[in-house]
Amino acid sequence: MATTDLATTPTPSPAASGSLSTTDTPPTQIAGWGRIALPGHEVFGEDLERLSARPTLFRGLGRSYGDSSLPASPSATVVNTTLADRVLSWNPETGMLRAEAGLSLYTMNRLFLPARWFTPVSPGTQFVTLGGMVASDVHGKNHHVAGCFGQHVRAMRMRVADGRVLEVTQRQYADLFWATVGGMGWTGAILEVEVQLQRVPSPWITQHTEQVGDLETLVGRLKEVSRTWPMTMSWIDCLKRGKNMGRGIVFYGRWADAKDAPATFPAWRGEVALPVDAPSWALNPLTMGAFNFGVYRSHIPRHKHAIVGPETFYYPLDYVRSWNRAYGLSGFTQYQCVIPDDAGLRAVVRFMELLTASGAASFLCVMKDCGPEGEGLLSFPKAGTSIAVDIPVKADTAAVVARLNKLVIEVGGRIYLTKDSFTTADDFRAMEPRLDAFLEARQTWDPERRFASAQSVRLFGDDPTGAR
Amino acid sequence: MNTIILGATRGMGRALARQMAARGDTLFLLGRDEDQLAHSAADLQARGHEGLPGTCVCDLADATTFAPALSAANAALGTVDCVVVTAGLFAPQDQLVADLALTWRLFDVNLTGTIVFCEAARPLLLADGGGTLCVFSSVAGDRGRKPVALYGASKAGLSYYLEAMDHTYRGAGMRTVCVKPGFVRTGMTAGLKPPPFAGDPDPVARRVLSAIDRGTPIVYAPAMWRWVMLVIRGLPRFVMRRIGF
Repeated sequence: MATTDLATTPTPSPAASGSLSTTDTPPTQIAGWGRIALPGHEVFGEDLERLSARPTLFRGLGRSYGDSSLPASPSATVVNTTLADRVLSWNPETGMLRAEAGLSLYTMNRLFLPARWFTPVSPGTQFVTLGGMVASDVHGKNHHVAGCFGQHVRAMRMRVADGRVLEVTQRQYADLFWATVGGMGWTGAILEVEVQLQRVPSPWITQHTEQVGDLETLVGRLKEVSRTWPMTMSWIDCLKRGKNMGRGIVFYGRWADAKDAPATFPAWRGEVALPVDAPSWALNPLTMGAFNFGVYRSHIPRHKHAIVGPETFYYPLDYVRSWNRAYGLSGFTQYQCVIPDDAGLRAVVRFMELLTASGAASFLCVMKDCGPEGEGLLSFPKAGTSIAVDIPVKADTAAVVARLNKLVIEVGGRIYLTKDSFTTADDFRAMEPRLDAFLEARQTWDPERRFASAQSVRLFGDDPTGAR
Repeated sequence: MNTIILGATRGMGRALARQMAARGDTLFLLGRDEDQLAHSAADLQARGHEGLPGTCVCDLADATTFAPALSAANAALGTVDCVVVTAGLFAPQDQLVADLALTWRLFDVNLTGTIVFCEAARPLLLADGGGTLCVFSSVAGDRGRKPVALYGASKAGLSYYLEAMDHTYRGAGMRTVCVKPGFVRTGMTAGLKPPPFAGDPDPVARRVLSAIDRGTPIVYAPAMWRWVMLVIRGLPRFVMRRIGF
């Protein structure tokens, strides 16, 4: 494909002599954030329209944990969008942004926060792309007031399976829009995204943190603070059982008013990288317990108040650039589910009992109260309590996930596909009453499953050869 | 600094233009595709360029586009402090061997087109007191090597020209910077297996920008390639005949 470019093509590298066609090169290992790799081909490029001329699954920064962004088969190709990162239009008066799908939230924050514009919804990392934020329909600490990312999206430019490139909005091709929001890339390739950013009064956040001793108090406190605070979440020590189960720290905050905020702009933090893979023995109950104890006990006094920058508040883990290496080469999965409000506190307690009894959980578990379900046909959140926990991969991980899923299905909850690696097709169907509506939209827009991923092969039984 | 940049819509040129825009330079973008130029201009404005950068279509394969593009740029910028050429054409050796028309096109763009463009741009710089001519050649031009015989030959010719420009015009105030990138992960190298010391466009652009500011005549990027090529230039011919590199 290189040969079709002339003057606007950058001078490339010299040393390589392989063919540019991916089909005659051996597959490479591609992994999500959980480091469980699958073989396939990954293509990078600036021109997403050209790269999707043959419909192909897109991936961004690879921060989905499991197989969401991985190829359906070793002969399949995925297009990495991160080189397509141009801002196409930006209105500093209205906060309307249109950009290529590979633009990262990291860049958006650096470009627009100085002018007091911020993403309407932020996940827990900045290392995500606009396209990925739509495909996962990400939610954040403000879900109970702002919903998911997708509802703030005004338009998308998409490549669909029949080869057309469409401008898709909440009115035009609305079925495609809401199937794509949270649709994990299965309905087409997102080329461009137009989104309304949020005006913030200052680039600082007023943050409160409270130490809480048990699960019941913690869940209650989350509900209470979310009535008056637009951003809430909590960290729980998920190694603790019995009366200490659910002890943790509740975080809540809001953008600081200009009069309360420092006059300076919060410094963007440097980063450190974890340079090596941790050996398999590094994560054991002793080290993890010590870490959790440290996080909990160092929180003195019990209630703290601070004005902090958004990186401190939203992205504490981004500080360690490759923290997933702490899980070593065998990798990890994240289990994230939502337990609906109508199942009551009892269901949350049962889930935590099951989780702690399994001994599978590692460091911290993140708990957050979600607002009502949005319109995305496969969007994760619904009114209830979201629980997310990292699980290092071991021989019994699939069985642990199956046990957790059984409880989640029983209480009417669901899991977050972006984190998932192990859920079975049957379990997913049982927890997703909207599945038929989604599959109908998929049948309309991609009847041949050209945009299949390893995850859709696992969850829908797609023919892995449909994606080339 | 007022800079004309040919090839800013992609890859290393895109990264370099963004860094220039962020620090307050005034840019004028040249490239083959009007839409792509418009997109890149909007991107650069959002990234700190004062107003929309000017743009004009210019194609290294078509020498008739050079003069109009350069005079449009000159008119927009007033004075020209720097001319950057990152555009070029790459194809793997086997593809070039199999397609001699493509080989012809490669030399047309990388060698003839680039040199003629520089000849057309040189008077603009000299008229404004000199400034900097910065052109992307390649490490492939440093030694005749099996896997890049043809591409490398086009870049070797370009590197020789740039060296001579530097010798000839530095006294008159025009500094010539010859950039020799090693493997950099851009759309152009997509599908190729990155060798050791592969680089990314942003750090490469930082290095190039500092070379432009200082007038460094030759810059390898990433820096490691300077030492790699030092070794390769020193290898005896009987070794070069045997190895695949």
